[in-house]
Amino acid sequence: MTNRSILAASGRTSSGRTASGRPASGRNVELIVFAVLVAGLTVAPLMVYPILLMKVLCFALFACAFNLLIGYGGLLSFGHAMFFGFAAYVSGYTIKAWGFPTELGILAGAAVAAVLGLVAGSIAIRRQGIYFAMVTLALAQMVFFFCLQAPFTGGEDGIQAIPRRPIFGVIDISRDIVLFYVVLAIFAAGFLIIWRTIHSPFGQVLKAIRENEARAISLGYAVDRFKLMAFVLSATLSGLAGATKAVVFQLASLTDVTWQMSGEVVLMTLVGGMGTVFGPIVGAAVIVVMQNTFTGFGEWVLVAQGCIFVLTVLLFRRGIVGEIVALAQRRRGEEDAAPPPVAEPADKQPPSDRGGVRASAAAGPSEASAPVSS
Amino acid sequence: MKKILLGGLAAAALCVGSPAPASAQFSDGVIKIGVLNDQSGTYADLSGQGSVWAARKAIEDFCKAQKCFEKIEVVFGDHQNKADIGAGVARRWYDVEQVDVIVDTPTSSVALAVSQITREKNKVFLNSGAGASELTGTACSPNFIHWTYDTWALANGTGSAIVKTGGKTWYFLTADYAFGHALERDTAAVVEKMGGKVLGKVRHPFPAQDFSSFLLQAQASKAQVIGLANAGADTINSIKQASEFGIVQGGQRLAGLLVFINDIHAIGLKTAQGLTFIEAWYWDTSDDNRAFAKEFAAANKGNRPSMVQAGVYSAITHYLKAVHALGSDADGVKVVEKMKETPTDDKLFGKGTIRADGRKIHDLMLVEVKKPEESKGPWDYHKIIATIPAAEAFRPLADGGCPLVK
Amino acid sequence: MFELLGVPPQALMGQLLLGLINGAFYALLSLGLAVIFGLMNVINFTHGAQYMMGAFVAWMLLQYAGIPYWGALVLAPIIVGATGIVIERLLISRLYHLDHLYGLLLTFGLALIIEGLFRQQYGSSGLPYTNPIPGGQNLGFMFLPWYRGWVVAFSLAVCLVTWFTIERTKLGAYLRAATERPELVQAFGVNVPRMITLTYGVGVGLAALAGVLAAPIYTVNPTMGSNLIIVVFAVVVIGGMGSIAGSIVTGFGLGVVEGLTKVFWPEASATVIFVIMAIVLMVRPQGLFGTPR
Repeated sequence: MTNRSILAASGRTSSGRTASGRPASGRNVELIVFAVLVAGLTVAPLMVYPILLMKVLCFALFACAFNLLIGYGGLLSFGHAMFFGFAAYVSGYTIKAWGFPTELGILAGAAVAAVLGLVAGSIAIRRQGIYFAMVTLALAQMVFFFCLQAPFTGGEDGIQAIPRRPIFGVIDISRDIVLFYVVLAIFAAGFLIIWRTIHSPFGQVLKAIRENEARAISLGYAVDRFKLMAFVLSATLSGLAGATKAVVFQLASLTDVTWQMSGEVVLMTLVGGMGTVFGPIVGAAVIVVMQNTFTGFGEWVLVAQGCIFVLTVLLFRRGIVGEIVALAQRRRGEEDAAPPPVAEPADKQPPSDRGGVRASAAAGPSEASAPVSS
Repeated sequence: MKKILLGGLAAAALCVGSPAPASAQFSDGVIKIGVLNDQSGTYADLSGQGSVWAARKAIEDFCKAQKCFEKIEVVFGDHQNKADIGAGVARRWYDVEQVDVIVDTPTSSVALAVSQITREKNKVFLNSGAGASELTGTACSPNFIHWTYDTWALANGTGSAIVKTGGKTWYFLTADYAFGHALERDTAAVVEKMGGKVLGKVRHPFPAQDFSSFLLQAQASKAQVIGLANAGADTINSIKQASEFGIVQGGQRLAGLLVFINDIHAIGLKTAQGLTFIEAWYWDTSDDNRAFAKEFAAANKGNRPSMVQAGVYSAITHYLKAVHALGSDADGVKVVEKMKETPTDDKLFGKGTIRADGRKIHDLMLVEVKKPEESKGPWDYHKIIATIPAAEAFRPLADGGCPLVK
Repeated sequence: MFELLGVPPQALMGQLLLGLINGAFYALLSLGLAVIFGLMNVINFTHGAQYMMGAFVAWMLLQYAGIPYWGALVLAPIIVGATGIVIERLLISRLYHLDHLYGLLLTFGLALIIEGLFRQQYGSSGLPYTNPIPGGQNLGFMFLPWYRGWVVAFSLAVCLVTWFTIERTKLGAYLRAATERPELVQAFGVNVPRMITLTYGVGVGLAALAGVLAAPIYTVNPTMGSNLIIVVFAVVVIGGMGSIAGSIVTGFGLGVVEGLTKVFWPEASATVIFVIMAIVLMVRPQGLFGTPR
């Protein structure tokens, strides 16, 4: 079995059978897993440090939002930190300087991220593949510049000492444990929005675009509008994650707007499994916990992250969750005696024409699954 | 409760023969010192593992002299110069790992964040590495002491000393972020107060690689002094490139507003010669200092300690004294109050005091980098050209706007 | 005296020249990237780290073997290029059949590893490297250090030689053919995989060469590459990905544009290239010199 067909299988796992082939059972399984996950998380603070858990949850939401774009829309954004980081500033500023209640501050962050997403998205979706990645990177660098310069962000000191005001005036979040449940609720809400989107007709169209854009166009879908909507939704939820993080750490800083942060979210999603529902959560948990364990050894964190990147790309491109799902499916596949999908011979050498770039612009791990579905 | 008792037993077991005060009450039987700094980035050489070593050394020396009756541990962490990471480590240390005091912490943004958390958790934060003078100004805290230097002191010391020696007209090369702006603002104020004149400034992006364009603008201004209101790699590159473009040979003078001995080591004397800046501590000024530096070098790849690392040693020595006097490390505010009441005295920084706003007061030195032929070898870099007495070195108590000062 | 927006023309001349010098680095680095992308379709995120390695190898040669700058100028690119060949054979070659986003992710990971290892070994406050040609010449409008003059002349020469080799020689023709139709070229008896490997080695060597040139000007620092790589990416995108001539011209051109920004709005000089990149991608997505395909 060549790598190519492994990849094809991965595409199938992530998008094909589970979601559309056996919609009802797949969805139910996902919901059950999610319920177990949330139930586990409710008791987790008894054993694990709540701040660490909250950090994981914020990044998990961020990665899930990012995954919506790459895993289901096939768009690799290399500038998602702009939504995450900028929303953190907005919520921090509105809460600290304007005295917004916490919940309103978080919503303000998400709302501004949505507007930013609309602007950035309408520019970026006109390009594909690497060019899409580059446009988002350029825009993110401009947002970074703005954050460095604008007086309200406090430059590299960031916005410090963001107060934790009671949510709705009654829930006292100054205690970490209480705040944890609030963050868990935000995460669950964000996750369910993404999950619902993936399984909605909208999500199906999105997948169709990823698999074969030309075909989606010929079927009469306003492809750009779908992409833009996905982009805005992803930006909004990234903003929600960033705004929540600002409340948790009582701090909004430049770190969250740098291009390295954009790279980190790609890593989380890649490690967990692009285009899988739970992959980004697992990826975020792995990376955050790893960073946490390695504090005190800054350069080794870098080396370890690099190694994870390399190993994931070379050995298990489906990511942790993707591999597990694939394993389960292979077992089931053996029962069904279904032959593995044969991928079309693809450009063995680097494709020379821009058409090659375009085809692969449909990016993501499932680029090769196009032939399977057609 | 049980834990405390056990801890107490352990502590008692440790100090055979030393009379432990009956009241001794340590939060968990252990004094735990967290060295939080940059272990891998720009400031790793001037703080990093060297500060951890200095902290351990301070404990060793203290326990030799005083007989410690409790267990003292050192942990360290890397904040990567990012406020959120630093804040995360600080919180975890206080919440989970029972750290009682955090020391060092260069990078102003991280220091501000850690100071706020320390206050919230009522622990102690002794900063040696960061510059921001807000830490003892508007952002001051009863749980905080600023040990070694601050931006106001650097700006004031460099600015006034250079104007006095004839550098009347200035041009600033400023890193375009809050820290750079603060350095530039404070220095410009001093220069103008002393009768000098600021001819102009250029703000460069942070971080930058190439300074030639900015240096050319500074050269064109014909100012006598070019003030480098930046830090770390930016300062190193500006000095290097200034030498390349013959700025100093052209008769202009460079004034580093935040330079450490490690920077001089990285640049080399040939390029750095003639640079003037402020040091709070220099290894080659007394026998005690030289002995400390020798031991430090043996443990740290031959490097000599920076003023930040020496400050960590001094701060911990004083902290341990206060905790011993109190017999408790439980209440951060009380420990800091005790530290402020007691005059400081250690082998590296000598005698000094701590003000109500948390500012540690001592003499500062204005140094000039030696010419290669004047230097006797590696790390013999500074010529001390003036001493700024403690009373004048730091911002007057009333000017900081610290709410603790009534 | 006549002034342009408050800047005397002589000062402006000086700034233009400085811009050109900085452009030389952009051109050399983006040339390497363009060679690798144009002929292999790999977005080499490791390029910045390899530039850094070039500077470090030059420093090590001087420190441990006593080999001076001029020796390092030849040796460092060969050594770093050789490591590039190993990386290509062992890792990158496994990804050719995949989307090039995987190549980008792999090389991004490699860049993290290399930078981390160098930081671990050498710290990050930087190491000194002595200027091999000190002194300079006063041109009237500015003082031109000899070394900077050498950098601009030498990189221009390297760029032209590379361009000529790829666009005008038989070897270049093979290379380009191998990109267009690998099976066909292979059928003619040319060892295509080996050619690709060597191409990567050469591209990496160019990055290392830029690193050696940078060592005497900037401090030799493990982070020197990661700050630059993003800018160089922008240069390549603006020039047209894979266009050799485009990357050279844009490299020098953007150096000048950035130089001018440093005079009129210094704070924005780090961002101006990204603004240009966004505009170019909107108006002419194939880049200024790329051909729409």
